[in-house]
Amino acid sequence: MRRNGPLALIFHTIFVIVMVAPILVVCLVAFTPEGFLSLPTNGFSLRWFRAIANYPEFIHAFWVSLGLGALSSFVALLFAVPAALAIARYRFRGRDALAALFLSPLMIPHVVLGIAFLRFFTSAGMGGSFAALIIAHVIIVFPFALRLTLAAATGMDLSVEMAAISLGAGGWTLFRRVSLPLILPGVISGWALAFIQSFDDLTMTVFLAAPGTETLPVRMFLYIQDNIDPLVTSVSACVIAITMTALILLDSFYGLDRVLAGKGDTGR
Amino acid sequence: MSTAADDRSVRAPWVLTAPALMLFVGVLLIPLAMTVMLSFHDWGQYKGIEPVFILKNWREIATDPYYAEMFWRTFRIAILTTLLTAVLGAPEAYILNRMSGRWKSIFLLVILGPLLISVVARTLGWALLFGGNNGLVNKLLMSAGLIRFPIPFMFTETGMVIALAHVMMPFMVLSVWAALQRLDPQIENAALSLGAGPITIIRRIIMPQIMPGVLSGAIIVFSLSASAFATPAIIGGRRLKVAATLAYDEFLNTLNWPLGAAVATLLLVALVLIVVGSNALIERRYAEVFR
Repeated sequence: MRRNGPLALIFHTIFVIVMVAPILVVCLVAFTPEGFLSLPTNGFSLRWFRAIANYPEFIHAFWVSLGLGALSSFVALLFAVPAALAIARYRFRGRDALAALFLSPLMIPHVVLGIAFLRFFTSAGMGGSFAALIIAHVIIVFPFALRLTLAAATGMDLSVEMAAISLGAGGWTLFRRVSLPLILPGVISGWALAFIQSFDDLTMTVFLAAPGTETLPVRMFLYIQDNIDPLVTSVSACVIAITMTALILLDSFYGLDRVLAGKGDTGR
Repeated sequence: MSTAADDRSVRAPWVLTAPALMLFVGVLLIPLAMTVMLSFHDWGQYKGIEPVFILKNWREIATDPYYAEMFWRTFRIAILTTLLTAVLGAPEAYILNRMSGRWKSIFLLVILGPLLISVVARTLGWALLFGGNNGLVNKLLMSAGLIRFPIPFMFTETGMVIALAHVMMPFMVLSVWAALQRLDPQIENAALSLGAGPITIIRRIIMPQIMPGVLSGAIIVFSLSASAFATPAIIGGRRLKVAATLAYDEFLNTLNWPLGAAVATLLLVALVLIVVGSNALIERRYAEVFR
Protein backbone atom coordinates (compact mmCIF):
# COMPACT_ATOMS: atom_id res chain seq x y z
CA MET A 1 0.00 0.00 0.00
CA ARG A 2 1.23 3.52 -0.75
CA ARG A 3 2.37 5.84 2.05
CA ASN A 4 0.64 9.04 3.01
CA GLY A 5 1.96 12.11 1.20
CA PRO A 6 2.94 15.37 2.97
CA LEU A 7 -0.45 16.95 2.22
CA ALA A 8 -2.23 14.00 3.80
CA LEU A 9 -0.05 14.25 6.90
CA ILE A 10 -0.72 18.01 7.26
CA PHE A 11 -4.46 17.32 7.00
CA HIS A 12 -4.13 14.54 9.55
CA THR A 13 -2.21 16.75 12.00
CA ILE A 14 -4.77 19.55 11.83
CA PHE A 15 -7.59 17.01 12.16
CA VAL A 16 -6.11 15.44 15.30
CA ILE A 17 -5.39 18.86 16.85
CA VAL A 18 -8.99 19.97 16.29
CA MET A 19 -10.32 16.69 17.72
CA VAL A 20 -8.21 17.00 20.86
CA ALA A 21 -8.33 20.80 21.34
CA PRO A 22 -11.70 21.16 23.14
CA ILE A 23 -10.87 18.35 25.58
CA LEU A 24 -7.36 19.66 26.15
CA VAL A 25 -8.51 23.24 26.72
CA VAL A 26 -10.96 22.12 29.42
CA CYS A 27 -8.22 20.21 31.25
CA LEU A 28 -5.76 23.13 30.94
CA VAL A 29 -8.17 25.83 32.11
CA ALA A 30 -8.97 23.64 35.12
CA PHE A 31 -5.40 24.25 36.38
CA THR A 32 -5.57 28.03 36.14
CA PRO A 33 -4.40 29.96 39.23
CA GLU A 34 -6.63 32.92 38.26
CA GLY A 35 -10.15 33.59 39.47
CA PHE A 36 -11.50 33.73 35.91
CA LEU A 37 -11.39 31.58 32.78
CA SER A 38 -7.85 31.61 31.40
CA LEU A 39 -5.12 29.29 30.26
CA PRO A 40 -2.61 28.66 33.07
CA THR A 41 0.14 30.95 31.70
CA ASN A 42 1.76 31.74 35.06
CA GLY A 43 1.99 28.39 36.74
CA PHE A 44 -0.38 25.57 37.51
CA SER A 45 -2.68 25.60 40.50
CA LEU A 46 -5.03 23.10 42.06
CA ARG A 47 -7.25 25.79 43.62
CA TRP A 48 -10.22 24.98 41.39
CA PHE A 49 -9.99 21.28 42.21
CA ARG A 50 -9.98 22.17 45.91
CA ALA A 51 -12.93 24.50 45.25
CA ILE A 52 -15.05 21.49 44.27
CA ALA A 53 -15.02 20.44 47.93
CA ASN A 54 -16.90 23.62 48.84
CA TYR A 55 -19.63 22.87 46.37
CA PRO A 56 -21.50 19.88 47.87
CA GLU A 57 -23.98 19.77 44.95
CA PHE A 58 -21.23 18.49 42.65
CA ILE A 59 -20.01 15.93 45.19
CA HIS A 60 -23.53 14.65 45.77
CA ALA A 61 -24.25 14.56 42.03
CA PHE A 62 -21.07 12.57 41.52
CA TRP A 63 -22.19 9.88 43.99
CA VAL A 64 -25.64 9.79 42.39
CA SER A 65 -24.03 9.27 38.96
CA LEU A 66 -21.67 6.61 40.25
CA GLY A 67 -24.41 4.66 42.05
CA LEU A 68 -26.81 5.05 39.16
CA GLY A 69 -24.26 3.89 36.59
CA ALA A 70 -23.08 0.90 38.62
CA LEU A 71 -26.55 -0.25 39.61
CA SER A 72 -28.38 0.29 36.32
CA SER A 73 -25.60 -1.47 34.36
CA PHE A 74 -25.77 -4.40 36.77
CA VAL A 75 -29.57 -4.65 36.54
CA ALA A 76 -29.39 -4.34 32.74
CA LEU A 77 -27.02 -7.33 32.68
CA LEU A 78 -29.40 -9.41 34.81
CA PHE A 79 -31.91 -9.04 31.97
CA ALA A 80 -29.42 -8.96 29.09
CA VAL A 81 -27.36 -12.10 29.83
CA PRO A 82 -30.26 -14.59 29.57
CA ALA A 83 -31.64 -12.71 26.56
CA ALA A 84 -28.21 -12.77 24.88
CA LEU A 85 -27.85 -16.52 25.52
CA ALA A 86 -31.28 -17.14 24.00
CA ILE A 87 -30.58 -15.00 20.93
CA ALA A 88 -27.11 -16.51 20.42
CA ARG A 89 -28.13 -20.17 20.89
CA TYR A 90 -31.60 -20.62 19.53
CA ARG A 91 -33.26 -20.02 16.19
CA PHE A 92 -36.86 -19.24 17.08
CA ARG A 93 -39.71 -17.34 15.54
CA GLY A 94 -39.63 -13.66 16.49
CA ARG A 95 -35.89 -13.77 17.21
CA ASP A 96 -35.02 -10.92 14.84
CA ALA A 97 -37.94 -8.83 16.06
CA LEU A 98 -36.87 -9.33 19.69
CA ALA A 99 -33.28 -8.39 18.92
CA ALA A 100 -34.50 -5.26 17.11
CA LEU A 101 -36.71 -4.33 20.07
CA PHE A 102 -33.85 -4.81 22.53
CA LEU A 103 -31.54 -2.60 20.44
CA SER A 104 -34.24 0.01 19.73
CA PRO A 105 -33.23 2.41 22.56
CA LEU A 106 -30.21 3.21 20.36
CA MET A 107 -32.47 4.52 17.62
CA ILE A 108 -34.97 6.45 19.70
CA PRO A 109 -33.74 10.00 20.38
CA HIS A 110 -32.94 10.41 24.07
CA VAL A 111 -35.05 13.54 24.24
CA VAL A 112 -38.09 11.42 23.27
CA LEU A 113 -37.15 8.78 25.86
CA GLY A 114 -36.76 11.48 28.51
CA ILE A 115 -40.23 12.84 27.77
CA ALA A 116 -41.79 9.37 27.67
CA PHE A 117 -40.22 8.39 31.01
CA LEU A 118 -41.11 11.72 32.62
CA ARG A 119 -44.76 11.26 31.64
CA PHE A 120 -44.76 7.59 32.65
CA PHE A 121 -43.07 7.95 36.05
CA THR A 122 -45.04 11.07 36.96
CA SER A 123 -48.31 9.22 36.32
CA ALA A 124 -46.97 6.31 38.37
CA GLY A 125 -46.21 8.68 41.26
CA MET A 126 -42.47 8.05 40.97
CA GLY A 127 -41.47 11.38 39.40
CA GLY A 128 -37.94 12.50 40.29
CA SER A 129 -37.14 9.37 42.33
CA PHE A 130 -33.88 7.45 42.19
CA ALA A 131 -35.79 4.26 41.37
CA ALA A 132 -37.26 5.92 38.28
CA LEU A 133 -33.78 6.99 37.18
CA ILE A 134 -32.49 3.44 37.57
CA ILE A 135 -35.30 1.92 35.51
CA ALA A 136 -34.85 4.55 32.78
CA HIS A 137 -31.09 4.01 32.69
CA VAL A 138 -31.52 0.23 32.52
CA ILE A 139 -33.44 0.77 29.26
CA ILE A 140 -30.87 3.09 27.67
CA VAL A 141 -27.81 0.99 28.60
CA PHE A 142 -29.49 -2.33 27.77
CA PRO A 143 -28.40 -2.36 24.08
CA PHE A 144 -24.74 -1.95 25.07
CA ALA A 145 -24.93 -4.65 27.73
CA LEU A 146 -26.73 -6.96 25.29
CA ARG A 147 -24.44 -6.36 22.32
CA LEU A 148 -21.18 -7.21 24.10
CA THR A 149 -22.68 -10.20 25.93
CA LEU A 150 -24.14 -11.39 22.63
CA ALA A 151 -20.77 -11.12 20.90
CA ALA A 152 -19.19 -13.23 23.66
CA ALA A 153 -21.98 -15.80 23.65
CA THR A 154 -21.92 -16.15 19.86
CA GLY A 155 -18.19 -16.75 19.81
CA MET A 156 -18.35 -19.32 22.62
CA ASP A 157 -17.15 -22.87 22.13
CA LEU A 158 -20.26 -25.00 22.62
CA SER A 159 -18.31 -28.23 23.02
CA VAL A 160 -17.17 -27.18 26.51
CA GLU A 161 -20.81 -26.93 27.53
CA MET A 162 -21.55 -30.27 25.90
CA ALA A 163 -18.72 -31.83 27.91
CA ALA A 164 -20.14 -30.38 31.13
CA ILE A 165 -23.60 -31.72 30.27
CA SER A 166 -22.20 -35.16 29.53
CA LEU A 167 -20.56 -35.08 32.97
CA GLY A 168 -23.96 -34.46 34.53
CA ALA A 169 -23.99 -30.66 34.94
CA GLY A 170 -27.23 -28.91 34.15
CA GLY A 171 -29.33 -25.85 34.77
CA TRP A 172 -27.89 -23.39 37.25
CA THR A 173 -24.62 -25.26 37.83
CA LEU A 174 -23.98 -25.37 34.10
CA PHE A 175 -24.57 -21.64 33.82
CA ARG A 176 -22.60 -20.64 36.91
CA ARG A 177 -19.61 -22.96 36.47
CA VAL A 178 -19.29 -23.19 32.69
CA SER A 179 -21.27 -20.71 30.57
CA LEU A 180 -20.85 -17.60 32.71
CA PRO A 181 -17.05 -17.90 33.11
CA LEU A 182 -16.76 -18.36 29.35
CA ILE A 183 -18.71 -15.19 28.50
CA LEU A 184 -17.38 -13.22 31.49
CA PRO A 185 -15.01 -10.92 29.52
CA GLY A 186 -17.96 -9.89 27.34
CA VAL A 187 -20.19 -9.41 30.38
CA ILE A 188 -17.64 -7.25 32.21
CA SER A 189 -16.95 -5.13 29.12
CA GLY A 190 -20.70 -4.83 28.60
CA TRP A 191 -20.98 -3.59 32.16
CA ALA A 192 -18.17 -1.07 31.67
CA LEU A 193 -19.57 0.29 28.41
CA ALA A 194 -23.06 0.45 29.94
CA PHE A 195 -21.62 2.27 32.94
CA ILE A 196 -19.95 4.89 30.73
CA GLN A 197 -23.19 5.40 28.79
CA SER A 198 -25.17 5.84 31.99
CA PHE A 199 -22.52 8.03 33.61
CA ASP A 200 -22.46 10.37 30.58
CA ASP A 201 -26.15 10.61 29.75
CA LEU A 202 -27.52 14.11 29.93
CA THR A 203 -30.37 14.38 27.43
CA MET A 204 -32.68 11.78 28.96
CA THR A 205 -31.70 12.28 32.60
CA VAL A 206 -32.23 16.05 32.51
CA PHE A 207 -35.97 15.35 32.17
CA LEU A 208 -36.12 12.94 35.11
CA ALA A 209 -33.71 14.31 37.69
CA ALA A 210 -35.08 16.36 40.54
CA PRO A 211 -33.05 18.27 43.15
CA GLY A 212 -31.47 15.46 45.18
CA THR A 213 -31.34 13.00 42.29
CA GLU A 214 -29.41 15.21 39.88
CA THR A 215 -26.58 13.36 38.18
CA LEU A 216 -23.21 14.93 37.48
CA PRO A 217 -23.87 15.76 33.80
CA VAL A 218 -27.22 17.30 34.76
CA ARG A 219 -25.64 19.35 37.55
CA MET A 220 -22.85 20.47 35.19
CA PHE A 221 -25.34 21.37 32.47
CA LEU A 222 -27.54 23.43 34.80
CA TYR A 223 -24.42 25.14 36.16
CA ILE A 224 -23.13 26.00 32.66
CA GLN A 225 -26.53 27.42 31.74
CA ASP A 226 -26.05 30.08 34.42
CA ASN A 227 -22.36 30.84 34.03
CA ILE A 228 -19.12 29.26 32.89
CA ASP A 229 -16.25 29.59 35.39
CA PRO A 230 -13.09 27.57 36.16
CA LEU A 231 -14.99 25.45 38.70
CA VAL A 232 -16.98 23.66 36.03
CA THR A 233 -13.78 23.04 34.03
CA SER A 234 -12.14 21.32 37.01
CA VAL A 235 -15.25 19.17 37.48
CA SER A 236 -15.16 18.34 33.75
CA ALA A 237 -11.48 17.48 34.01
CA CYS A 238 -12.33 14.98 36.77
CA VAL A 239 -15.09 13.46 34.62
CA ILE A 240 -12.69 13.17 31.68
CA ALA A 241 -10.13 11.48 33.95
CA ILE A 242 -12.73 8.97 35.19
CA THR A 243 -13.86 8.15 31.66
CA MET A 244 -10.25 7.73 30.53
CA THR A 245 -9.67 5.26 33.37
CA ALA A 246 -12.74 3.26 32.36
CA LEU A 247 -11.57 3.42 28.74
CA ILE A 248 -8.16 2.01 29.60
CA LEU A 249 -9.74 -0.77 31.69
CA LEU A 250 -12.09 -1.54 28.81
CA ASP A 251 -9.18 -1.57 26.38
CA SER A 252 -7.13 -4.02 28.43
CA PHE A 253 -10.08 -6.32 29.13
CA TYR A 254 -11.65 -6.46 25.72
CA GLY A 255 -9.87 -4.26 23.15
CA LEU A 256 -11.32 -0.85 22.52
CA ASP A 257 -11.55 -1.36 18.77
CA ARG A 258 -13.93 -4.27 19.29
CA VAL A 259 -16.09 -2.29 21.72
CA LEU A 260 -16.26 0.73 19.44
CA ALA A 261 -16.63 -1.23 16.22
CA GLY A 262 -19.85 -2.57 17.69
CA LYS A 263 -20.95 0.99 18.29
CA GLY A 264 -20.55 2.03 14.69
CA ASP A 265 -23.73 0.39 13.47
CA THR A 266 -26.02 2.10 15.96
CA GLY A 267 -27.97 3.62 13.10
CA ARG A 268 -28.76 0.34 11.46
CA MET B 1 -43.54 -36.52 17.35
CA SER B 2 -42.45 -34.08 20.00
CA THR B 3 -40.27 -35.18 22.85
CA ALA B 4 -39.62 -33.47 26.17
CA ALA B 5 -36.25 -32.24 24.91
CA ASP B 6 -37.88 -30.69 21.83
CA ASP B 7 -40.39 -28.96 24.07
CA ARG B 8 -37.60 -27.53 26.16
CA SER B 9 -35.68 -26.13 23.23
CA VAL B 10 -38.87 -24.50 21.91
CA ARG B 11 -39.68 -22.98 25.27
CA ALA B 12 -36.16 -22.13 26.48
CA PRO B 13 -35.53 -19.01 24.36
CA TRP B 14 -38.85 -17.54 25.46
CA VAL B 15 -38.19 -18.29 29.11
CA LEU B 16 -34.77 -16.64 28.80
CA THR B 17 -35.99 -13.54 26.98
CA ALA B 18 -39.28 -13.14 28.88
CA PRO B 19 -37.90 -10.90 31.68
CA ALA B 20 -36.28 -8.49 29.21
CA LEU B 21 -39.34 -8.57 26.97
CA MET B 22 -41.66 -7.70 29.88
CA LEU B 23 -39.29 -4.92 30.92
CA PHE B 24 -39.30 -3.44 27.42
CA VAL B 25 -43.07 -3.65 27.00
CA GLY B 26 -43.74 -2.26 30.46
CA VAL B 27 -41.17 0.52 30.63
CA LEU B 28 -40.47 1.39 27.00
CA LEU B 29 -43.43 0.68 24.73
CA ILE B 30 -46.11 1.81 27.18
CA PRO B 31 -44.38 5.14 28.02
CA LEU B 32 -43.85 5.79 24.29
CA ALA B 33 -47.54 5.10 23.59
CA MET B 34 -48.47 7.40 26.50
CA THR B 35 -46.37 10.17 24.95
CA VAL B 36 -48.16 9.88 21.61
CA MET B 37 -51.50 9.99 23.46
CA LEU B 38 -50.32 12.99 25.48
CA SER B 39 -49.78 14.97 22.27
CA PHE B 40 -53.55 14.84 21.66
CA HIS B 41 -54.46 16.14 25.13
CA ASP B 42 -55.49 19.70 25.93
CA TRP B 43 -53.53 22.08 28.12
CA GLY B 44 -54.26 25.45 29.71
CA GLN B 45 -52.26 27.81 31.88
CA TYR B 46 -54.58 27.26 34.85
CA LYS B 47 -56.37 23.98 34.17
CA GLY B 48 -53.22 21.96 33.44
CA ILE B 49 -53.43 18.82 31.30
CA GLU B 50 -56.91 17.72 30.25
CA PRO B 51 -57.15 14.12 29.00
CA VAL B 52 -59.34 14.75 25.95
CA PHE B 53 -58.71 13.92 22.31
CA ILE B 54 -58.12 17.07 20.27
CA LEU B 55 -55.79 18.11 17.47
CA LYS B 56 -54.98 21.51 18.99
CA ASN B 57 -51.26 20.89 19.47
CA TRP B 58 -50.80 19.35 16.05
CA ARG B 59 -52.72 22.24 14.44
CA GLU B 60 -50.54 24.72 16.29
CA ILE B 61 -47.35 23.05 15.04
CA ALA B 62 -48.72 22.86 11.49
CA THR B 63 -49.88 26.49 11.31
CA ASP B 64 -47.55 28.53 13.53
CA PRO B 65 -44.50 29.48 11.40
CA TYR B 66 -42.38 29.44 14.59
CA TYR B 67 -42.41 25.63 14.57
CA ALA B 68 -41.75 25.37 10.85
CA GLU B 69 -38.72 27.64 11.31
CA MET B 70 -37.52 25.65 14.33
CA PHE B 71 -37.79 22.27 12.55
CA TRP B 72 -36.15 23.72 9.44
CA ARG B 73 -33.29 25.02 11.61
CA THR B 74 -32.97 21.60 13.31
CA PHE B 75 -32.67 19.77 10.00
CA ARG B 76 -30.46 22.45 8.42
CA ILE B 77 -27.99 22.10 11.30
CA ALA B 78 -28.15 18.30 11.08
CA ILE B 79 -27.52 18.32 7.31
CA LEU B 80 -24.59 20.76 7.55
CA THR B 81 -23.10 18.73 10.41
CA THR B 82 -23.44 15.54 8.37
CA LEU B 83 -21.76 17.15 5.32
CA LEU B 84 -18.91 18.49 7.46
CA THR B 85 -18.24 15.13 9.11
CA ALA B 86 -18.36 13.35 5.73
CA VAL B 87 -16.04 15.81 3.95
CA LEU B 88 -13.45 15.73 6.76
CA GLY B 89 -14.04 12.30 8.33
CA ALA B 90 -13.85 10.18 5.17
CA PRO B 91 -10.37 11.43 4.08
CA GLU B 92 -9.14 11.12 7.66
CA ALA B 93 -10.31 7.51 7.85
CA TYR B 94 -8.50 6.84 4.56
CA ILE B 95 -5.27 8.46 5.81
CA LEU B 96 -5.58 6.60 9.10
CA ASN B 97 -5.98 3.30 7.29
CA ARG B 98 -2.72 3.82 5.39
CA MET B 99 -0.68 4.42 8.53
CA SER B 100 1.59 1.77 9.97
CA GLY B 101 0.33 -0.45 12.78
CA ARG B 102 1.41 1.37 15.93
CA TRP B 103 0.54 4.90 14.81
CA LYS B 104 -2.72 3.62 13.42
CA SER B 105 -3.90 2.27 16.77
CA ILE B 106 -2.71 5.36 18.69
CA PHE B 107 -4.53 7.80 16.41
CA LEU B 108 -7.58 5.58 16.21
CA LEU B 109 -7.77 5.77 20.01
CA VAL B 110 -7.27 9.57 19.95
CA ILE B 111 -10.04 10.08 17.38
CA LEU B 112 -12.54 7.49 18.64
CA GLY B 113 -11.92 7.94 22.37
CA PRO B 114 -13.86 11.24 22.59
CA LEU B 115 -16.96 9.20 21.70
CA LEU B 116 -17.05 8.03 25.30
CA ILE B 117 -16.15 11.36 26.92
CA SER B 118 -19.01 13.40 28.36
CA VAL B 119 -20.76 15.52 25.73
CA VAL B 120 -21.13 18.30 28.30
CA ALA B 121 -17.35 18.39 28.83
CA ARG B 122 -16.65 18.36 25.07
CA THR B 123 -19.15 21.15 24.38
CA LEU B 124 -17.77 23.14 27.30
CA GLY B 125 -14.41 22.91 25.54
CA TRP B 126 -15.89 24.50 22.42
CA ALA B 127 -17.56 27.20 24.49
CA LEU B 128 -14.12 28.00 25.95
CA LEU B 129 -12.48 27.98 22.49
CA PHE B 130 -15.21 30.16 20.95
CA GLY B 131 -15.65 32.36 24.03
CA GLY B 132 -16.97 35.72 22.81
CA ASN B 133 -15.29 37.83 20.12
CA ASN B 134 -11.76 37.37 21.43
CA GLY B 135 -11.95 33.61 21.91
CA LEU B 136 -8.99 31.41 21.09
CA VAL B 137 -10.32 30.32 17.70
CA ASN B 138 -10.86 33.90 16.54
CA LYS B 139 -7.45 35.01 17.82
CA LEU B 140 -5.81 32.12 15.99
CA LEU B 141 -7.67 32.76 12.73
CA MET B 142 -6.93 36.50 12.87
CA SER B 143 -3.25 36.11 13.66
CA ALA B 144 -2.99 33.62 10.79
CA GLY B 145 -4.47 36.33 8.59
CA LEU B 146 -7.39 34.13 7.53
CA ILE B 147 -10.03 36.57 8.78
CA ARG B 148 -9.94 40.30 9.55
CA PHE B 149 -12.90 40.52 11.91
CA PRO B 150 -13.87 38.01 14.57
CA ILE B 151 -16.58 35.52 13.55
CA PRO B 152 -19.36 35.16 16.11
CA PHE B 153 -19.40 31.47 17.10
CA MET B 154 -21.31 31.46 20.38
CA PHE B 155 -25.09 31.58 20.04
CA THR B 156 -24.90 31.04 16.27
CA GLU B 157 -25.67 28.14 13.95
CA THR B 158 -22.05 28.21 12.73
CA GLY B 159 -20.81 27.45 16.23
CA MET B 160 -23.46 24.78 16.73
CA VAL B 161 -22.50 23.01 13.50
CA ILE B 162 -18.77 23.05 14.34
CA ALA B 163 -19.26 21.74 17.89
CA LEU B 164 -21.79 19.12 16.75
CA ALA B 165 -19.48 17.98 13.93
CA HIS B 166 -16.75 17.45 16.54
CA VAL B 167 -19.10 15.45 18.76
CA MET B 168 -20.30 13.29 15.82
CA MET B 169 -16.99 12.90 13.96
CA PRO B 170 -16.01 9.55 15.58
CA PHE B 171 -19.18 7.93 14.21
CA MET B 172 -18.28 8.97 10.66
CA VAL B 173 -14.60 7.95 10.93
CA LEU B 174 -15.67 4.60 12.42
CA SER B 175 -18.20 3.93 9.68
CA VAL B 176 -15.80 4.78 6.81
CA TRP B 177 -13.06 2.85 8.61
CA ALA B 178 -15.27 -0.25 8.64
CA ALA B 179 -15.86 0.13 4.88
CA LEU B 180 -12.11 0.52 4.27
CA GLN B 181 -11.42 -2.78 6.05
CA ARG B 182 -13.39 -4.58 3.33
CA LEU B 183 -11.35 -2.92 0.60
CA ASP B 184 -8.66 -4.93 -1.19
CA PRO B 185 -5.42 -2.88 -1.35
CA GLN B 186 -4.38 -4.86 -4.45
CA ILE B 187 -7.06 -3.07 -6.49
CA GLU B 188 -5.37 0.23 -5.75
CA ASN B 189 -1.99 -1.20 -6.75
CA ALA B 190 -3.49 -2.64 -9.92
CA ALA B 191 -4.86 0.77 -10.87
CA LEU B 192 -1.47 2.33 -10.11
CA SER B 193 0.35 -0.19 -12.31
CA LEU B 194 -2.09 0.53 -15.13
CA GLY B 195 -1.05 4.18 -14.98
CA ALA B 196 -3.86 5.78 -12.97
CA GLY B 197 -2.94 8.97 -11.11
CA PRO B 198 -3.73 9.51 -7.41
CA ILE B 199 -6.84 11.60 -8.16
CA THR B 200 -8.20 9.01 -10.57
CA ILE B 201 -7.57 6.26 -8.01
CA ILE B 202 -9.45 8.13 -5.31
CA ARG B 203 -12.30 9.08 -7.62
CA ARG B 204 -12.70 5.80 -9.50
CA ILE B 205 -11.43 3.14 -7.07
CA ILE B 206 -11.66 4.35 -3.46
CA MET B 207 -14.75 6.58 -3.51
CA PRO B 208 -17.21 4.06 -4.98
CA GLN B 209 -16.09 1.44 -2.48
CA ILE B 210 -16.26 3.53 0.68
CA MET B 211 -19.49 5.28 -0.33
CA PRO B 212 -21.73 2.82 1.57
CA GLY B 213 -19.65 3.49 4.69
CA VAL B 214 -19.94 7.25 4.22
CA LEU B 215 -23.70 6.98 3.71
CA SER B 216 -24.38 4.75 6.70
CA GLY B 217 -22.17 7.04 8.79
CA ALA B 218 -24.17 9.98 7.45
CA ILE B 219 -27.42 8.40 8.61
CA ILE B 220 -26.08 7.92 12.14
CA VAL B 221 -24.64 11.44 12.30
CA PHE B 222 -27.80 12.99 10.86
CA SER B 223 -30.21 11.29 13.24
CA LEU B 224 -28.05 11.99 16.30
CA SER B 225 -27.51 15.64 15.26
CA ALA B 226 -31.20 16.27 14.58
CA SER B 227 -32.07 15.09 18.08
CA ALA B 228 -29.00 16.51 19.86
CA PHE B 229 -29.67 18.41 23.08
CA ALA B 230 -26.53 19.31 25.06
CA THR B 231 -24.54 20.97 22.28
CA PRO B 232 -27.39 23.13 20.87
CA ALA B 233 -28.43 24.09 24.40
CA ILE B 234 -24.94 25.22 25.48
CA ILE B 235 -23.68 26.73 22.20
CA GLY B 236 -27.07 27.93 20.93
CA GLY B 237 -28.14 29.55 24.18
CA ARG B 238 -31.74 30.24 25.09
CA ARG B 239 -32.92 31.83 21.85
CA LEU B 240 -31.61 29.58 19.07
CA LYS B 241 -33.98 26.64 19.61
CA VAL B 242 -33.85 23.23 17.95
CA ALA B 243 -36.43 20.45 18.35
CA ALA B 244 -34.83 18.85 21.43
CA THR B 245 -34.26 22.12 23.30
CA LEU B 246 -37.76 23.34 22.44
CA ALA B 247 -39.31 20.13 23.80
CA TYR B 248 -37.20 20.57 26.95
CA ASP B 249 -38.53 24.12 27.37
CA GLU B 250 -42.15 23.06 26.91
CA PHE B 251 -41.75 20.31 29.49
CA LEU B 252 -39.69 21.97 32.19
CA ASN B 253 -40.28 25.72 31.78
CA THR B 254 -43.63 26.41 30.11
CA LEU B 255 -45.04 23.12 31.47
CA ASN B 256 -47.13 22.69 28.31
CA TRP B 257 -46.52 18.93 28.22
CA PRO B 258 -48.99 18.07 25.42
CA LEU B 259 -47.33 20.53 23.03
CA GLY B 260 -43.86 19.27 24.01
CA ALA B 261 -45.05 15.69 23.45
CA ALA B 262 -46.30 16.65 19.97
CA VAL B 263 -42.90 18.16 19.09
CA ALA B 264 -41.13 15.02 20.36
CA THR B 265 -43.51 12.69 18.52
CA LEU B 266 -43.02 14.61 15.27
CA LEU B 267 -39.23 14.47 15.70
CA LEU B 268 -39.35 10.72 16.35
CA VAL B 269 -41.62 9.99 13.38
CA ALA B 270 -39.61 12.22 11.03
CA LEU B 271 -36.33 10.61 12.06
CA VAL B 272 -37.64 7.04 11.82
CA LEU B 273 -39.01 7.75 8.31
CA ILE B 274 -35.75 9.39 7.17
CA VAL B 275 -33.50 6.69 8.65
CA VAL B 276 -35.56 3.72 7.44
CA GLY B 277 -36.08 5.35 4.02
CA SER B 278 -32.43 6.15 3.40
CA ASN B 279 -31.29 2.78 4.74
CA ALA B 280 -33.57 1.08 2.20
CA LEU B 281 -32.25 3.34 -0.58
CA ILE B 282 -28.62 2.63 0.30
CA GLU B 283 -29.17 -1.10 0.55
CA ARG B 284 -30.87 -1.17 -2.84
CA ARG B 285 -28.22 1.04 -4.48
CA TYR B 286 -25.30 -0.87 -2.98
CA ALA B 287 -26.86 -4.31 -2.76
CA GLU B 288 -23.67 -6.01 -3.93
CA VAL B 289 -21.60 -4.47 -1.11
CA PHE B 290 -23.87 -5.74 1.64
CA ARG B 291 -24.11 -9.24 0.22
